[in-house]
Amino acid sequence: MDQTDQIKGLEVHQERSLWWDALVRLSRNRAAVTGAIIILVILIAAVFAPMIAPKGFDEANLRAPFAIPLWISRVFPNLKPMEEGGYTLINNEYPLGADKLGRDVFSRILYGARVSLLVAFIGPTVALILGTIIGVTSGFLGGGVDNAIMRIADVMYAFPTLLFIILMLVYFRNSFRESSPGTFIFALGRLDASIGGLLFVFIGIGITSWMGNGRLARGQVLSIRQTEYIAAARALGASTPRILFRHVMPNILGPMIIAETLAIPAYISYEAFLSFIGLGVLPPTPSWGGMIAEGAQYIQNYPYLTVFPALALFIVMFAFNFLGDGLRDALDPRMRGVD
Amino acid sequence: MTKFIVRRLSWMILVLLVVSIITFIFMHAVPGGPFTLERPLPPATLEQLQIRYGLHLSLPEQYINYMTNLIVPVVTRGRLDPASRSDYLINFPLPFSDELVFRWMDFGPSYKSTTRTVNDIFRENLPLSAQLGLQASIFAIALGLPLGVIAALRRNTFYDYFGMGIAIFGVSIPVIISAPILQYVIGVQLGWLPLSGWGKPSQMILPVVTLGFSQSAVIARVTRASMLQVLNEDFVRTAHAKGLRERQVVVGHVLKNALIPVVTVIGPMLAFLITGSFIVETIFAIPGMGRFFVVSLFGRDYSVIMGSILLLATLVVLANTLVDVAYAWLDPRIRYY
Repeated sequence: MDQTDQIKGLEVHQERSLWWDALVRLSRNRAAVTGAIIILVILIAAVFAPMIAPKGFDEANLRAPFAIPLWISRVFPNLKPMEEGGYTLINNEYPLGADKLGRDVFSRILYGARVSLLVAFIGPTVALILGTIIGVTSGFLGGGVDNAIMRIADVMYAFPTLLFIILMLVYFRNSFRESSPGTFIFALGRLDASIGGLLFVFIGIGITSWMGNGRLARGQVLSIRQTEYIAAARALGASTPRILFRHVMPNILGPMIIAETLAIPAYISYEAFLSFIGLGVLPPTPSWGGMIAEGAQYIQNYPYLTVFPALALFIVMFAFNFLGDGLRDALDPRMRGVD
Repeated sequence: MTKFIVRRLSWMILVLLVVSIITFIFMHAVPGGPFTLERPLPPATLEQLQIRYGLHLSLPEQYINYMTNLIVPVVTRGRLDPASRSDYLINFPLPFSDELVFRWMDFGPSYKSTTRTVNDIFRENLPLSAQLGLQASIFAIALGLPLGVIAALRRNTFYDYFGMGIAIFGVSIPVIISAPILQYVIGVQLGWLPLSGWGKPSQMILPVVTLGFSQSAVIARVTRASMLQVLNEDFVRTAHAKGLRERQVVVGHVLKNALIPVVTVIGPMLAFLITGSFIVETIFAIPGMGRFFVVSLFGRDYSVIMGSILLLATLVVLANTLVDVAYAWLDPRIRYY
C-alpha cells in the first residue's frame, strides 16, 4: 500500500463528522427507523389533513349523533345496530364513527394530530432553548449568578408540576379575557386564540420544564470548562462567546437532545392531560386528549369515542419512544448495550 | 450526617415559604374572586362576605394571616367535639388533662363549601389520594424491580426482550390512555371489576394498576441499566472468584449497589403518584384531592388552592430530601455537605 492511499483513507475517515456517524448508526436501528417512519406518516397526514379528512373537524350533523359504520358494531360486541335490536345508528359515511354532535371522529383525529405533533416538536424546543441558555449562563458565569439560578431551579422543582401548569393556565386564560385591547396580554391572548389555545400550553410547558435541561447544561459546562482544550482556546485568545458557541455548545448538545427526545412523550401527555381537564386546546379545535376526555363520559355505551383517539395517541408515543431510544444509542455510543 | 439532614430540612422550609408566596401572588392575580358569580351579589352583601373572610385586607396582610393560622400551633381548652375539629387539621388531646387539646395547621374556611372547612376537606379526601398513590407505588416497585433484575441477569434472552418489551409498552401508555381502555375492557366488556368508586378492594384494583403500571416500566428500565453496569464491575468478578454462590453475589453485591440509581427514581415517583393522580381520580370517580384542586381553581376557592399546593409541595420536597439522605446513606462515597 503506498502512501497516497493511506492519506486518502485518512481523509475519508476525517470527513465523517460526529453527526453523520450518529445518523448512520441510527439508520441501522430497525426500531428507531420504524418510529421515524410512523412519525413521518402522521406528520404528512397532519399537514395535509384538510385534503385527506372526509369532513371538517367541526362539521356537525345532528341527524347522525353517535352514528357508527357497520364494522365497528361487529368489533365492539355491545354496539348492536338498531335493526338488530341494539341502540346504535349505522352510517357508513363515518369510517371511525361520529361523536355526540355527529362530527366525524376520523377527521377529528387527523386534525388532532396537528396539536400533538406541534407539542411534540415545539415543547422540547422551548425547553431546550430555555434550559440551554439558563444552564450555560449559570455554569459559565459561576459565583452568585450560578447560585441564584440553581436556587430558583430548586424552588421550581418543589412545585408539583401539574398543579403549577394548571394554576398558570387558569391565570393566562382568565387575565386574557379581562384585559383591554392594546395591552401586551391582550395581544398574547389574540395570538393564543388564533392557534387554538396552544401558545399558553407551550408557555406553561416551557416554564415548568427548563430545570432538567438547565441542570444538565450547567453540569456539562462545568466539566468541560476544566478540560485542556478550553484552556488552549483561551490561551489562543478566543472570546467568551466564541468559546461558548464553538467549543462548549457542540459538546453539550448531544446529551441534551437525547434527554429532550426521551421527554417528548411526556410533553404529549401533558397537552393531552390539559385538554382533558379543559385547560388545553380551545374547542372546537380537536385534540386527542380532549377527545378522550369527552369520550370517557360515554365509555359504557360508545367506547369507540375513547378507544380511537387513545390508540392514535398510543401509536405516536410508541414511535417517539422508539426514536428517542435509538437516538440515545446513536448519539452516545457509551450507552450502547447498557440499556 | 445529622448536620446534613438539619441543613436539608431548613432549606426545605425556605423553599416551601417561597412556594407559598409565589402561589399566593399567582392565585390572586387571576381576575375574579370566590364571590364573583354569574349574577353579581349586591355590593353590601359582597362587602359583608369579604369582611367576614378577611378579604378586604391588603394582600400582604391576608398572606400573613393565612400563614400564621397555618404554622402556629395552639393549645385550647375544651372538649374535642366534631364541630371544633373542623378548625384545625391536626387535633391531638394532650395527656394528663381532659381539657387541653393541641391543635395545629388551620387551612382556613372554604369559600365555596358552606358546610366544610378546608381542614375537613383535606381530612376526608387526602387519605384517598394517599392510599391510591402509595398502593400504586408498591405495585410499581413490586412489578418493576423483579422485571428489571431478571432482564439484566438473563440478558439478551427471551426474558430480557419480553420484560423490556413490557417496559417500553408501559412507558408509551400514559394513564390517560390506559385508564379508559382498561375501564372499558375489564369493567364494561368483561364485567370483572366495578367501573368506578373507591373503598372496596375490588374498586381499588383498576385505578392502582393503571397508575402504577407506567411507573413500573420506568423502574424496570432503570433497574436493568444499573444492574448491567454493576455486573461488569471488578468486585463482582472477585465475588464470583471467591466461590460465592450466584444467589449471594446477586443479592449481596450486585443488587445492593445497583439499587442506588433506582432509589433516586422512586423518591420523585412517590411524590408524583400522590400528587399526579388527577386523571385516574377523574376517570374512576375517586373523590381524592386532584378533583378538588381543579374544581377549587375554577371557583377561585383561595384557601383550597393554597392548601393543596402547599401540602403537595411539602410531599414533593420531603420525598426529594429523603432521596438525598438515602443516597448519601447507600453510597458512602458521596460526600454530603
